[in-house]
Amino acid sequence: MDGIPGILQFRLGFGRQTVAYPEGPARFPERFRGLPVLDAREGDGGRAGAAVCPTEAVRDPGGPGLAIDLGRCTFCGLCEEASPGAIRFTGDHRLAARAREGLAVNGSAPLLAAALDERARKLFGRSLRLRQVSAGGCNGCEAELNAAGNVQFDMSRFGVAFVASPRHADGIVVTGPVSVNMREALLKTWEAVPAPRLVIAVGACACSGGIFRDSPVQSNGMPGVPEIPVDLWVAGCPPHPITFIDGVLRLLGRV
Amino acid sequence: MTTRLLQAWNAEAFDADDVPVLPVDEFQQIVADTIAAGARVSSYSGRTDGQRTRVTAVLADDAQGRLGVLSCRVGASWPSLGAECPSIQAFEREIFEQFGVRPEGHPWLKPLRFEPPVNPNVDPWGRVARPTTIPGDYPFFRVEGEEVHEVAVGPVHAGVIEPGHFRFQCHGEHVFTLEIVLGYQHRGVEALLVGGPDRRTVTLLESVAGDTAVGNAIAHANGVEALAGFQIPARASVLRGVALELERLANHVGDLGMMAGDVGFLPTASSCGALRADFLNALAEICGNRFGRGLVVPGGTRFDLDADAASRLADKVQKAWERVEGATRLLFESPSVRNRFDGTGVVSRETCTELGLVGPAARACGVSRDVRRDHATGVFRFLHVPVVTGETGDVFARGWVRRLEAERSVEFVLRQLRALPGGPVRAPCPLPRPGRLVVSLTEGWRGELCHVVETDRDGSFLRYKLVDPSFHNWMGLALAMRGEQISDFPLCNKSFNLSYCGHDL
Ligand code: SF4
Repeated sequence: MDGIPGILQFRLGFGRQTVAYPEGPARFPERFRGLPVLDAREGDGGRAGAAVCPTEAVRDPGGPGLAIDLGRCTFCGLCEEASPGAIRFTGDHRLAARAREGLAVNGSAPLLAAALDERARKLFGRSLRLRQVSAGGCNGCEAELNAAGNVQFDMSRFGVAFVASPRHADGIVVTGPVSVNMREALLKTWEAVPAPRLVIAVGACACSGGIFRDSPVQSNGMPGVPEIPVDLWVAGCPPHPITFIDGVLRLLGRV
Repeated sequence: MTTRLLQAWNAEAFDADDVPVLPVDEFQQIVADTIAAGARVSSYSGRTDGQRTRVTAVLADDAQGRLGVLSCRVGASWPSLGAECPSIQAFEREIFEQFGVRPEGHPWLKPLRFEPPVNPNVDPWGRVARPTTIPGDYPFFRVEGEEVHEVAVGPVHAGVIEPGHFRFQCHGEHVFTLEIVLGYQHRGVEALLVGGPDRRTVTLLESVAGDTAVGNAIAHANGVEALAGFQIPARASVLRGVALELERLANHVGDLGMMAGDVGFLPTASSCGALRADFLNALAEICGNRFGRGLVVPGGTRFDLDADAASRLADKVQKAWERVEGATRLLFESPSVRNRFDGTGVVSRETCTELGLVGPAARACGVSRDVRRDHATGVFRFLHVPVVTGETGDVFARGWVRRLEAERSVEFVLRQLRALPGGPVRAPCPLPRPGRLVVSLTEGWRGELCHVVETDRDGSFLRYKLVDPSFHNWMGLALAMRGEQISDFPLCNKSFNLSYCGHDL
């Protein structure tokens, strides 16, 4: 079939593309690495894992305070390989926190971001427009944020969408370690968003500098930009689109 | 190639001392002659060598599958080759920015990434303080005239994309010139790699360009394995090839969807957006990450597939591909799409050769160059992926080449997944040997990824030079826009889809 009927037939052939989440289960490949669970008394208590970690994300290896700072973690899984028992990755995709320190996990409790206060929920809960600023990102986070808007993850179902101008936005989403060369553009974009405004830091780079931490030409992520207060920190390298959507929906008190 | 340069194969290590150190004029003469004879510049980079700068050039002879390596020591300045060999212009700017070696007579001597100089006490431009904003400190090329106007875009763009600044000189809709200013994504990757390999190395290379994590991880692994004199198991080499082609598929299919979106052809835009995910998810089935992070390591791969999983994966890839075929048929058969694609953003074959473009952008101009064939390593030495070329050098050709390449990649992936060789996927790879140098090329989905790695007396990285395909290709986009309508910029841009972070490092 040619022309418009052919196109319609093609589109109908696809059926529903959108994932079942959040009403239904979020499905991930078997090897997907989500929230790690830790047990300091098992195996080597995380010692070997800490030694191989590319971002020094493992805290107090071998001690009672064994923890992983998910704000640094790239979810490479090397520590799990090196310290079986002490560190194990689960498929739990919920990986966002309201405070930066909240991303340090040490047991097996789920990591669930708390919702905004009632007034903010009222303001942003039904329609949230975001301006994305890539500040030294590798295009991994940007790719997943784009995917969050495609027919598969379709975050506009929840009234959440990216917009072109900061003037039209209710907040910004920052990716990357904040390169020195992007710092001013980031500040200006944030200033251009009318208050009250939200700030969401996405990915290991924006949360800590990630693999670029301590390079002199970047800021170690949003903790290095104290002018801009962050409302939500989303872990991952890059975070899965559902991880991002889940974090935003929790922030808005919608799941 | 002349005998005055060291000849090597891709991913073949040699003693760093074997690289000839020539007088500057002889070095430049050989570079210019070799380029005139049909070779192209893969890498052209400096490093500190006492009071001087040691520049090492890697010239690729694609027809012979050989690489020529030569070097020279240069002081505060040297004559520019940029007017004669445009493909060297950006490299000369880079060497000036990093080491202060002034290329006298350079046609376009401006900052490249706005990175601090290697020697912090000498600013090549004599700037007192580091500039805080990039565009504000930049002398833009300007066209004067009463009705000429300037359009400035970026660094923060309308979409969810990386930052860069685009400056157009226009008359109405008509674009005279486009100047592209980059550097916003500079995060110091090469400096962080010096002194390695260490526990950060592989992740750093996967983060040079997140959409090319597999490509760069392979280029890196091939390089350090050669430096160590190590051969990976056959099964690992096949799995790497599969991952590289899945990465190409995800990106090519995604790009076709984005190009469809830019001309408002929504059926293909939305279906390719979702189909791209099928290829990303295939990577995640292998290693848990949708971009293939963590899969490729020196010594092989960290993950294996059993026979069942491999055949399930093949079925998924095949099913996704059938849908891509349908979605792209609609795209290329639609007259309204062809009307926008055909003849837009043309790069001539001559321009392509002069600029040394690589990847689909070059093949779209009819220039047949592909590392997988010309400088084959790993599985590509045994199973050839046919090289696809276009003719017209326009948006259509860049789209169509991607479409055909994707088909070749699917054939390759299916064939490999259904006949994986036995054995392990990993063996312990020793550390790099001291005093060695290797050039490792890989055909990423945007084109040639070039890693030039030199070890010091202890076997640590003395210099790790990265050349992303976008480093060559950004100028291609700038020239493609000349004489076009400014409203066609997003489409042209998408048809190249270049990397900002890969360029900025
Ligand atoms: S998974 Fe995270 S904590 Fe573990 S080694 Fe990788 S980066 Fe470090």
